[in-house]
Amino acid sequence: MIRRTTRPGWLIAGAALALAAPLAAQDTTRTPDGVRIGIEYRPGTRPSVVVLPGAGLDSARAIVGRDLDFSDRFEVIQLGPRDTSGVAVNPGGRALDYALFRTLGAAYAVELAADGPGVMVRLHDITAGVMRREQRFTLPAQFDLNFRLAVHRASDEVVRWITGTPGYAASRLLFLVDRRLYRVDSDGAAVTAISAGTEEILSPTWSPDGRRFAYTRFAGGRGSLILQGVAAGDKTVVTGTSTSLNITPAFSGDGRLLAFARSGEEGTDIFTADVSQNCCVQRLTVGRFSDNLSPTFAPDGRRMAFVSTRAGAPQIYAMAADGTDQELLAPFDYGVTGSSNAPEWSPDGASVAFHRDVNRAPQVFVLDVASRRVRQLTSSGRNEDPSWAPDGRHLVFVSDRSGRRQLWVIDIVTGRIRQLTFEGQARLPAWSRRLSDPVPTQP
Amino acid sequence: MFPHTRNRMLAAPLALALVLACGGKKEPEQPAPQPTAPAPQPAPPSQPAPQPTAPAQPTEDPAAVAARVTAALLGEVATMIHFDFDMADIRPDDRALLDRKAAILGANSGLRLRISGHADDRGSDEYNLALGSRRAAAAKNYLVNKGIDAGRIETVSFGEERPIDPGQDETSWQANRRDEFEVTAGGQTLRNP
Repeated sequence: MIRRTTRPGWLIAGAALALAAPLAAQDTTRTPDGVRIGIEYRPGTRPSVVVLPGAGLDSARAIVGRDLDFSDRFEVIQLGPRDTSGVAVNPGGRALDYALFRTLGAAYAVELAADGPGVMVRLHDITAGVMRREQRFTLPAQFDLNFRLAVHRASDEVVRWITGTPGYAASRLLFLVDRRLYRVDSDGAAVTAISAGTEEILSPTWSPDGRRFAYTRFAGGRGSLILQGVAAGDKTVVTGTSTSLNITPAFSGDGRLLAFARSGEEGTDIFTADVSQNCCVQRLTVGRFSDNLSPTFAPDGRRMAFVSTRAGAPQIYAMAADGTDQELLAPFDYGVTGSSNAPEWSPDGASVAFHRDVNRAPQVFVLDVASRRVRQLTSSGRNEDPSWAPDGRHLVFVSDRSGRRQLWVIDIVTGRIRQLTFEGQARLPAWSRRLSDPVPTQP
Repeated sequence: MFPHTRNRMLAAPLALALVLACGGKKEPEQPAPQPTAPAPQPAPPSQPAPQPTAPAQPTEDPAAVAARVTAALLGEVATMIHFDFDMADIRPDDRALLDRKAAILGANSGLRLRISGHADDRGSDEYNLALGSRRAAAAKNYLVNKGIDAGRIETVSFGEERPIDPGQDETSWQANRRDEFEVTAGGQTLRNP
């Protein structure tokens, strides 16, 4: 699958670990006698990026290398410390030995240089033999909780310089262990408990600006909706939600509305509240003989997808944001297709991820909204509750494939999967959008 | 003498609680200090002597009987019912249990219940909260259709958050797909239907 025919021996040890096999790469270059013809680059093949070694900034360099790898848009060649002898970085980094890197098959080189209280990041185009971009990023002190986030932002910019679309590294996820709320960085670092162990929390969700989140505070079979600020930890009860069971909150794209489901003796139905003024609860569905829950807004805020049991088993429907114009969204065969739940509209609006029972085990599916075609992404074990990364191409989901329920991340383009969390029993993840400003962290 | 005194001390608050529980109602029997009617003469084999003594003075015996009857009725009220996978329909074999609960509620107008619906952990976590609500509502509707005032029964849902059996097999899942019945008021002294 790897198309390089030759590679300097000294590089192989360092590179072999970092090179992820491109799962979706097609082997279209076979000759009749079975000899593979190696080529350096072709459309659809991910370019190789090497993160250059250098003095200092070891942890930043490691984070950037990992972020580029996790973006699944490159084959990342990480040079180990022993490889530095083979790489000549000019002081000031304005010129590299491009010919050397060309022989490695690297299309791009990323150089990090200490620069006052920050880091200068340079992108070299090896093929063309020029430096394409450079930008200084301010970095907090390394012990600062926002150091990693700042480095992730630099990584996302590098991804944008090369591909035109930023990466998703500068983002965080909320999730639960049992009913306790936790947060983790997009690369699996900095797992932090956010709620007290005495509180019971369900269904966390981020506001689009990443400055607050909402969840169900569960108590005695009822649940109120809480808005919590990331910076100050301040909590507000969403009006009218303190005496019933209110679940599955989701913000609109402008952050003004919170859609949620209220469950009771009359069934379960979808409502919205204006959370910019904490007022104005409106009911959107009236399902006396069915349940309607798990609303998720399209990014333009005009429609939302949701779960309904109107046809028996729960399936994925859509409606206008005022509750009109309801329709089936994800096609299914009546009596054949398993239950479908937990929809989440992608940040680019093109897709809706959800999980659907296949042989009684949930699997992650993605619906293409335009064509209404569904695609099954997982098949190993139980895989459920997908949530989109900011790039609209990665999903986090809960899987028991390791033996217990943990968070995993899948790239829906290549199918590459990595494990994000490793402790306890994780569930109900919610991925933030890109966190553009330094967010003071006060759990 | 000592046990007797102790029992009287116990009986007094019980009787008071009964008076309080029935206080608001007009129609039914006057708040009788001798509680549950039907079983005051069960001919207890061990206690031969209490009958001849003064009838105005409640002996320990009726109170003990009442406590025993109440405990038995509370046990019947609390008996769980169970559901098929992803269903909220009352099973035919659980109807008798609910009929009995309805009768007990009918005979004890001060009795109030909270029904909580539960699910096994195979379904979607959040959907299970809705399913639990439906299961609790199903039992409540059944009791209301038997003539019990809807205002006496509240319902809540715990989804899959409170399994009583943590196992991952059919027996455990079946045990977890249930309604629980909790007395929230009026359960101090109950009378037989």
